[in-house]
Amino acid sequence: MTQYLISVLDDTSNSASTDEMNAIDTFNDQLRADGHWVFAGGLAAPDTATVVDGRDGQAVFTDGPFLESKEYVAGFWIITAPHLDVALRLAAEGSKSCHRRVEVRPFLGA
Amino acid sequence: MTDVAEVITRIHREEWARVVATLAGRFGDLDIAEEMAAEAFASAVRRWPVDGVPPSPGGWLTTTAHRKAVDRLRREVRRVEKHREALMLADVPEPLGVIDDDRLRLVFTCCHPALAMPARVALTLRMVGGLTVAEVARAFLTQEAAMGRRITRAKAKIKAAGIRYGVPLRADLPARVSGVLAVLYLIFNEGYLASDPAKEAVRGDLTAEAIRLTRLVHTLMPAHREVTGLLALMLLTEARRPARMSATGELVPLDQQDRGCWDRDLIAEGHDLVRACLTAGQAPGRYQILAAINAVHTDARDIRHTDWSQVVALYDQLTRVDPSPIVRLNRAIAVAELDGAQVALALVEGLPLQGYHLYHATRAELLRRLGYREQSRTAYDRAIELAGNSAETAYLVHRRDQWAGA
Repeated sequence: MTQYLISVLDDTSNSASTDEMNAIDTFNDQLRADGHWVFAGGLAAPDTATVVDGRDGQAVFTDGPFLESKEYVAGFWIITAPHLDVALRLAAEGSKSCHRRVEVRPFLGA
Repeated sequence: MTDVAEVITRIHREEWARVVATLAGRFGDLDIAEEMAAEAFASAVRRWPVDGVPPSPGGWLTTTAHRKAVDRLRREVRRVEKHREALMLADVPEPLGVIDDDRLRLVFTCCHPALAMPARVALTLRMVGGLTVAEVARAFLTQEAAMGRRITRAKAKIKAAGIRYGVPLRADLPARVSGVLAVLYLIFNEGYLASDPAKEAVRGDLTAEAIRLTRLVHTLMPAHREVTGLLALMLLTEARRPARMSATGELVPLDQQDRGCWDRDLIAEGHDLVRACLTAGQAPGRYQILAAINAVHTDARDIRHTDWSQVVALYDQLTRVDPSPIVRLNRAIAVAELDGAQVALALVEGLPLQGYHLYHATRAELLRRLGYREQSRTAYDRAIELAGNSAETAYLVHRRDQWAGA
């Protein structure tokens, strides 16, 4: 079993609509029922981010996201799947439920 | 000696995919499968001239590769305790299972849609086709080191992303088969009409390799009619290759080809496959329709005997499966033969293909037939600017200047 991060890509800071939320809930229930669920969550807009650099002892805080980009991660799922084909199918359903593009990325070998 | 060398070359063509596939199936690791298969063949090159060719060369190679893999894993286990399970591997391989399924797994893994198209093509040629990295690099005019990195990256992604060494989920099967066929067709087309002016215009080694791989996939999935269709399409196209190039390196279009040079055996085989598709009685897919169109062309004694109404009818069918502008352009070319250049030109004008040389070449040809000299010449100029293949460019220049000088 491999764990995969499914990131939701977005270019607006509008939260999911009610319809999308309902679809996401249904999808999440299915993930739990089928044993794929690990964790999921939505993220606040990128301008709420703070970059922290603690490498030199005294932490330095910087306002704003690390990467300024048109598109950003608006939320994510962490799922477990036997192989990529299953992860891609789930990602396709996830993408449909939240009506946004997603990126699938494996975690490093457990 | 020479005889043994020839035998090894032949066995390499016949058995490479099977050895790699069997090992990948047993060890779940493409890297090990590829390296140990290569080592087993290297052993054969050393041993067979001395010991003689074993009675079952494929079995010998698989066993040798398997032992080498076990040895290597054991060495790694001694270094890294984590791989303890490898110690459990048997010395003598299990009796061969459903080998064909292993080769099919290999094909589907190399053509996985999560890999970029160039990576799929390279992996398929290397892992299934058994070409060396240098040969794959040469085929695509890439540096060997760069091609090596591309293949290594692809294998690393397969491992890290958990691309399964297996046949697709049933629900994914149609899309995945199309993906495999797209890779094979791309290899064929690159050989049939190289897209790069620095490459030889037509390369029989690549078309032959594509046909060999497609024959293999056809053997593995005999009931899949699109596979049959693609094989037929390739054979009927390949059959015309000897007539496709003039002595001066110009592309010779279908209507001017010496049909006596066409390969009758390939045509007969292609026609048989097309008939096999037709008798299945289901709505044919894209490759079957393209094969049928080529069957009509190869059925005609000369261009005047071509059944153009049949060709147009098949293009109508293809347009329903694939309504892309390129299909509509090709349909228009057939319509020109049936209903005349004026009708065809109306179909061509406005197709969103401004960047495609054959759009301009087709317009040029139709305008020429209608007597619009200046417009035709401008269209030829545009086509020549955009064409990538050297023989095609030579033909277009010849065609343009022929008329200008007349």
